Amino acid sequence: MTATPIVIPAGMPQYDDIPRLDVARIRADFPLLEREVNGHRVVYLDSGNTSQKPRSVIEAMTEHYERHNANVARSVHTLGTESTAAYEGARQKVATFIGASSAEEIVFTKNATEAINLVAYAIGNASLNPKADPRLRLGPGDEIVVSEMEHHANIVPWQLLCERTGATLRWFSLTEQGRLDESNVDELINERTKLVSIVLVSNILGTANATSRIHDRIREVGALFMLDGSQAVPHRPMDVVDYDVDFLAFTGHKMLGPTGIGVLYGKADLLAAMPPVLGGGSMIETVTMQRSTFAPPPARFEAGTPPIVEAVGLGAAVDYLTAVGMEAIAWHEKELTAYALEALASVPGLRIFGPPTPVGRGATISFDLAGIHPHDVGQILDGEGVQVRVGHHCARPTCVRFGVPAMTRVSLYLYNTAEEIDALVRALERTREVFA
Amino acid sequence: MQFDQLYQEIILDHYKKPRGRGLREPFDVEVRHVNPTCGDEVDLRVRLDGEKVADVSYEGMGCSISQASASVLHELVTGKTVTEALSRVDAFVAMVGSRGLVEPDEELLEDGVAFAGVAKYPARVKCALLSWMAFKDATAQAVAGEGASR
Repeated sequence: MTATPIVIPAGMPQYDDIPRLDVARIRADFPLLEREVNGHRVVYLDSGNTSQKPRSVIEAMTEHYERHNANVARSVHTLGTESTAAYEGARQKVATFIGASSAEEIVFTKNATEAINLVAYAIGNASLNPKADPRLRLGPGDEIVVSEMEHHANIVPWQLLCERTGATLRWFSLTEQGRLDESNVDELINERTKLVSIVLVSNILGTANATSRIHDRIREVGALFMLDGSQAVPHRPMDVVDYDVDFLAFTGHKMLGPTGIGVLYGKADLLAAMPPVLGGGSMIETVTMQRSTFAPPPARFEAGTPPIVEAVGLGAAVDYLTAVGMEAIAWHEKELTAYALEALASVPGLRIFGPPTPVGRGATISFDLAGIHPHDVGQILDGEGVQVRVGHHCARPTCVRFGVPAMTRVSLYLYNTAEEIDALVRALERTREVFA
Repeated sequence: MQFDQLYQEIILDHYKKPRGRGLREPFDVEVRHVNPTCGDEVDLRVRLDGEKVADVSYEGMGCSISQASASVLHELVTGKTVTEALSRVDAFVAMVGSRGLVEPDEELLEDGVAFAGVAKYPARVKCALLSWMAFKDATAQAVAGEGASR
């Protein structure tokens, strides 16, 4: 069975104009997809949790360890020079990938969580210094705005920052369809707002948020604009200039790269105005026993030996994604999502949370199956080789909003197929039989 | 089928027809235990009558394993002495945490032996133990409370 093409109105760019990808060829690049789980060919539907890795990423990391391994930014020897070139080369690849105007706007972190915390702690540090850039200073009466569909990583750092500074945390609520309720945007984002941080594509509902209205209001009131791109950057073309975003956080392991490396994009003038967060080696300009001055960004925010080989792996992942084409990936996922939404709707007792149509959403679909606890659903699916995520998906407020303790989540990527959706639906039928 | 080891008839039966479910009066101690990784929670009350566990009542939400194990707990410890009840808790915890290495004692654990299969699913061990750890906690508090009031 193949996915049904989406009908596009006449006059619009037609289906054949869309860049395509060859899913069979792509699957051959991912060694893990060949393995079996519980006697079945693995059906990996958990890429929103972490993606699988193509051979090219694994080999790039192995080659770096075998041929170029040395520390970066401090050695005059050949290996150190090669390693530094590889690390900084990865930074340039990431910058190009998201349309950043310079590699200096890319800070490598441990993951997206650390990237968001980096901004929060830099603002916290700036708030203690009367001479700091006023855009970064926060106090009682000031407000930070998030939404009810955020991952905990885009809630908790701001709660902690508000506790430290006396600022107030506010949030967008959600509509029944799982979209941002923008009806009160002009009140919610106001002259007191210092920063708005929202998710671009929800990790639990799959919603792809439209940012233009929110962006315009943010610029009207002079606040900062941050996007959590963890579930967006791996799946669709990203251009930070187009979005006119001040900060963007995302992580390597969800975009075919290794764990242990994430990215904070920040506009150059903002990064330059930010005080350091972690102190140590590599982030300084000069150090005396009394005080220190600090390196310009991005080094200022990369204290200590960075995840060098992980950066190399992320660079290789960016090369892979670029070669396949982000437009092609986005369309592949859109077709699969349309197919999956239709297939899941055919399962009796299945309720989808989030947008029920393949428009304005990513390839992440969460659902409840006839009140059967997601742990039980996930266990039976695993018995059939189908790997999904169950639980609150680090977005407990979203679960509370929809009145459930947990959800079962399917998240698709460039290597998934309609046959795998069929396997999922068969396994869901099996689950219903067991708990009937 | 793989999951038959886990979802035995006994477990599904307790899940669909839970024994002793619902919070009852009177009680000595009430505790709430949660599993933060999955959001499962149980409210559990213990009523002691001298040395005896007079009642264990509970309410909660969670997967079939956590709900069925609460039902089995109720059956296994109600009417037993505190010492007997706690030795059953220890045996259950040992069996579930053993990765399949401990041979379950059917005489002691009765329906509880159905959970032996859980030992092979490390991600589900906490589900099976949720209400048992709640019972241990509540009983310890009840015993201590009684001691203090004497």
